[in-house]
Amino acid sequence: MRVMAQIAMVMNLDKCIGCSACSVTCKQTWTNRRGVEYVWFNNVETRPGLGYPRRYADQEKWKGGWELDKRGRLKLKQGGRFKKLAEIFANPVLPTVEDYYEPWTYDYGNLQQAPLGEDYPVARPRSLLSGKPMDTVRWSANWDDNLGGAPEYGPEDPIVQKMHAVRAEVGAKVKFEFEQAFMFYLPRICEHCLNPACVASCPSGALYKRVEDGIVLVDQDRCRGWRQCVTACPYKKVYFNHRTGKAEKCTFCYPRVEVGLPTVCSETCPGRLRYLGVMLYDADKVADAARTEDDRDLYEAQLGVFLDPADPAVTRAAEAAGIPHDWIEAAKRSPVHKLICDYRVALPLHPEFRTLPMVWYVPPLSPMVEAVADSGHDGEDAGNLFGAIDALRIPVEYLAELFTAGDTVPVRAALGRLAAMRDYMRAVNLGAEPEEPSVEIEELYRLLAIAKYEERYVIPTAAMADAHAMEEAALASGCSVDDFDASDIDDSGPFGDGSGPKNLPMVTLEDFHAMRRRQTADRQEEQ
Amino acid sequence: MKTFLWGALPYIAAAILITGLVWRYRYDKFGWTTRSSQSYESKVLNIASPMFHYGILFVLLGHLMGLFIPASWTDAVGFDEHWYNLLSLFAGVAAGALAVIGIVMLIYRRRTTPAVFRATTRNDKLMYVVLLAAIIMGMVAKLAHSGIHEGYDYRSTIAPWCRSLFTLNPKTSLMADAPVLFQIHAVIGLLLFCLLPFTRLVHMFSAPVQYLFRPYIVYRGRDPRGLSERPTQRGWEGLEG
Repeated sequence: MRVMAQIAMVMNLDKCIGCSACSVTCKQTWTNRRGVEYVWFNNVETRPGLGYPRRYADQEKWKGGWELDKRGRLKLKQGGRFKKLAEIFANPVLPTVEDYYEPWTYDYGNLQQAPLGEDYPVARPRSLLSGKPMDTVRWSANWDDNLGGAPEYGPEDPIVQKMHAVRAEVGAKVKFEFEQAFMFYLPRICEHCLNPACVASCPSGALYKRVEDGIVLVDQDRCRGWRQCVTACPYKKVYFNHRTGKAEKCTFCYPRVEVGLPTVCSETCPGRLRYLGVMLYDADKVADAARTEDDRDLYEAQLGVFLDPADPAVTRAAEAAGIPHDWIEAAKRSPVHKLICDYRVALPLHPEFRTLPMVWYVPPLSPMVEAVADSGHDGEDAGNLFGAIDALRIPVEYLAELFTAGDTVPVRAALGRLAAMRDYMRAVNLGAEPEEPSVEIEELYRLLAIAKYEERYVIPTAAMADAHAMEEAALASGCSVDDFDASDIDDSGPFGDGSGPKNLPMVTLEDFHAMRRRQTADRQEEQ
Repeated sequence: MKTFLWGALPYIAAAILITGLVWRYRYDKFGWTTRSSQSYESKVLNIASPMFHYGILFVLLGHLMGLFIPASWTDAVGFDEHWYNLLSLFAGVAAGALAVIGIVMLIYRRRTTPAVFRATTRNDKLMYVVLLAAIIMGMVAKLAHSGIHEGYDYRSTIAPWCRSLFTLNPKTSLMADAPVLFQIHAVIGLLLFCLLPFTRLVHMFSAPVQYLFRPYIVYRGRDPRGLSERPTQRGWEGLEG
């Protein structure tokens, strides 16, 4: 047993209202720069839908993730080492910016500077790639938001196509007509996988998984822009900065996580649907789990990689492996571990890509609740809900394609637990005595519904001894404006954008304790 | 002039190349990249870029063979000048043609795709001129002095001169007597060496051969220096420090 620790995330999809606050704050923090205009480390897609970039989940086209070769060994789907080096001069399956969307701005100046005339001046869209005016804006990061254009785009969803191919003989199709459609939102960030294909594909060895917290990062000084990682990531969450020629990706907000603060997307989620916590896992079992023969067994296989922090043998092994005491304590209180391993309501996204992702999802009950309520019945009643989970095969099968490689059993089980919790808590709220009082259900309810700040985020700091120094590190000792060189903005150096030695942009953190007080206080006077 | 071009210029070029590379690596590790434009345009690049790169790699191989394997060695294994000339002519011209067609397509693509052209720096433009000139002049020199039965025997003039540079005893007259087209090609080539550290061409020195030998998943510890404030760089300490 080789114990390693990772900060993992769970998102409760039932609570996602698709407001994209996570995407916007993430973009403001990390990708509001030239070269990454089209990049959203965090994006929210409507499902069924194409996703961002379009149809990224179709690995027959994009060649992301791992596959098993004839002898059952793991191989990158884009090809072996020799093939990749032979193809290094042009990556045959690299998505172009168009596959995401062409970033644009508007000619705002025209509104003020247009000569006086009959017509009202307009601000035309202008491409940020070529600098030329665009005829029309054709696509964006969530163009098919809220099933917009679903009759046209919906059937193009790779999961819908897969379902239609499988059940062609049954004749039942995913409906996109307004009255019959179902939908939910899927916020996505980098999965910080246990078996990351992007890391494996990097010829320069610039991508790495951090030993201490499992965060997958790109060393910007070692990246040589070979672009293999963009193809290798089946979630298409490694992006190419087209100005600096380097790969960039979600950093799991490591400067924040190191000092015990949640990621920006978690912090700013109005629905409070994200959970952060430590997962302990056995690094020796990772490769075997990823090699599991049947796609549908990968979910169980990954559960087998995780270790129970309450087990004294695990604790001893973790200490022997040099995992700090406060990390082990955090693992014991980890909401992520509870949702994944104890309550088993969280499921991995596309386990069939064999990267062992570490951002898991509580599947949404809402499509069923909606359907029951729309038919004039009580959508909170367990009997009705259990019936709906069995009867509404299409949404359940869709969720299964998303989370368990098509196996509906774990999805039904997770939805069933959520339905049981709703029914139980409704009875409690209505003053009825539950037939069998259950502390476990009430704890799950507390975690999912009340979702207190300090229960959602249990993040040990990088190193307690260094905590003070790190707080200092977050703010430069001088004024941050001192380092600011206005000529940086437009002037690209002789070697192109971003060349020359650079100090890392200073990450501004608010005073840690004041922030925590404000966030955890229930009433204003407690602040 | 003879001494400068064939006795001094090669050393100047070598000095600029080496110090330039060291300087660039220390000053601009972040800028050390292929600066790929594939995310703007993929179709033409997918054909032209492998064409050019494989072509230029074979051309490099040919140069190494021609300049650094003495004629006496190939003669010793029974590979005489006649056969060498045929190999040099056909394989060399094939590789050269591949490189020329590739780079012409790439330059055309760079000029006509608005996004790619916009991402082209002044250094890139200068580099393309010199690189294209070097390749074209090489082809011209080769073709102008070649025949099926006999070609210009650069292995008795240019190659010994080139090797003599490494023994620090340059035989300048050997090169001075070579045909003027070869001389022009050599000078442009040396110019390209001078330019190389300051352009995107540096990516050739980070060919990722080590990828074949490393484990797939890379683990790295957190940089302990990252846990405290970054030390002030030398020469920029505050007054009180």
